This record gives sequence, C-alpha cells and structure tokens, in this order.
Amino acid sequence: MSQLYAWGAVATIVTASTAGDVLLSRGMKQVGDVAELRRNAGLGTVIARVLRNPNFVLGVSCMAAAFYAMLFGLSWADVSLVVPASTSLTFVTNAIAAKFFLHERVDQRRWMAALLVAGGVVLLAL
Amino acid sequence: MTFRRYLVLVGVSVFAVTGDSLVSRGMKQAGSISLHDLPSIVLVVFRPEIALGILFLLAFFACYTSALSWADLTYVLPATSISFILLTLVAKFILHENISLARWLGVILISIGVGVVTQGPALTHPPQKRKAECLSASARLEP
Repeated sequence: MSQLYAWGAVATIVTASTAGDVLLSRGMKQVGDVAELRRNAGLGTVIARVLRNPNFVLGVSCMAAAFYAMLFGLSWADVSLVVPASTSLTFVTNAIAAKFFLHERVDQRRWMAALLVAGGVVLLAL
Repeated sequence: MTFRRYLVLVGVSVFAVTGDSLVSRGMKQAGSISLHDLPSIVLVVFRPEIALGILFLLAFFACYTSALSWADLTYVLPATSISFILLTLVAKFILHENISLARWLGVILISIGVGVVTQGPALTHPPQKRKAECLSASARLEP
C-alpha cells in the first residue's frame, strides 16, 4: 500500500511539473526573446508582459502544485525513491509533451540527451 | 547561440545549485519544524542563509524563463542538467563526501547528454511560424 502511495506521489509530481514546464515554455515563447524585448521596451514591459501571460501564470501554479506534491510524497515515502524517480521521469515526459504540445522537433539527438540525463540522475541516487 | 546565451544556461545551473545548497544548509541549522507550527515556517525565510538561498532561486527562475523565451524546452532541460554534475563536484571537493562509482557513472552519462544536446540547434520551430511570431511580436511593440 505504501508503495502505491509512493508511486502515486511520483505520478502526481511528474504530471504537475511536466505541465508546468510545458506551459511556462509556451508562455515564454509567446512573450518572445526577453533580452530583445528588454532592449526595445525596457525591463518593466518585460515583467508586465510575462506576468500577464496566462500560460506563464498557469505554469507557475502547476510548478507550485508539483512542489506540494513533492512535500506530501516525501512524508509518505523515501527521499531515495521519490526524488530520483520523479526527476528522471520528468526528463522523459517533458520530451514527449514538448513533441506533442509544443511541436518541438524532438530528434534522435534530443531523445538521447533526455534518456542519458534521466539514466544519470537515477545513478546519482544510488 | 551567442556567448551571452550560454552564460544564461550556466546561470540556470549555478544559481539552482547555490540556492538549493543554501536553503538546505539553512533548514538543517533551523532544525525540524512541524507543519502545524505556521509562525516558524514563515519566520524561517528570514534566516540569512535561507533568505540568500531564495534570492539565488529567484535568479535561477529569471534565467530559466529567459532561456525558455529563446530555446526549446527539450534543449534547456538537458543542457542545464550540468547542475547535477556541479552538485556532485561540490559534494566531492568542498564537502569531502565519498562519491560512489555509480554516481561518477551518472555524472559521465549526464555529461554526454549535455554534450549531445548542446551540439544541436537550440530552437527547432518551423521557420515560417517563427517568422510570424517575430512579426506579431514586433507589431505588439508598436505604440
């Protein structure tokens, strides 16, 4: 039963943080290159445009949800399971989500990088 | 990719590692806090190490969102995972922790992953779409 809770927490963290990253990425692409925008319109405009972007706000909310899911997960299960499992799985789910929702061209190179990092993160926790 | 943009990616990693380490050290010094003890949870952010850690984490978030404004998510995430490598090096050479063979293997895998992704393009959107986005962005800038 505790295993079920632990993996439930991992699934929630992975889902919320993937949604957060994808929404944040979409929001920031809508805002545009912030360095260029700052040169043209000033820092105030950049901040106002970022904070007014619905995708950005929703993305940050998802990240907050992932953070709380992590806190609850850690009170049910071991750090050595929850943290590496959710961190490494997030690299893989982000690659899938970026392909389908952000239409990024996730080629062999990107897949290899995501899987290498995901594997590396698991090894770091051993 | 310009030098400035590489610097932003390094900023994402360095600020995340520094912020996390400071908050972690501050929380360990603060000792265990119960979730029901709300005043302590709020007051803990005024501890110097935690306050500094939060500033670094804000800098991390600024760099991260800035990177996402000009690069793909599937580029930024693997590229900034050098933070895991940095964290291991800090553990070994500053905190003098014992790093197992498996962890060094993990560091090597992540290093190859970072190398692989940074050899490729940072943005893979279809050119027409990018052009349309640029045009609408500059149109929005018009007063």
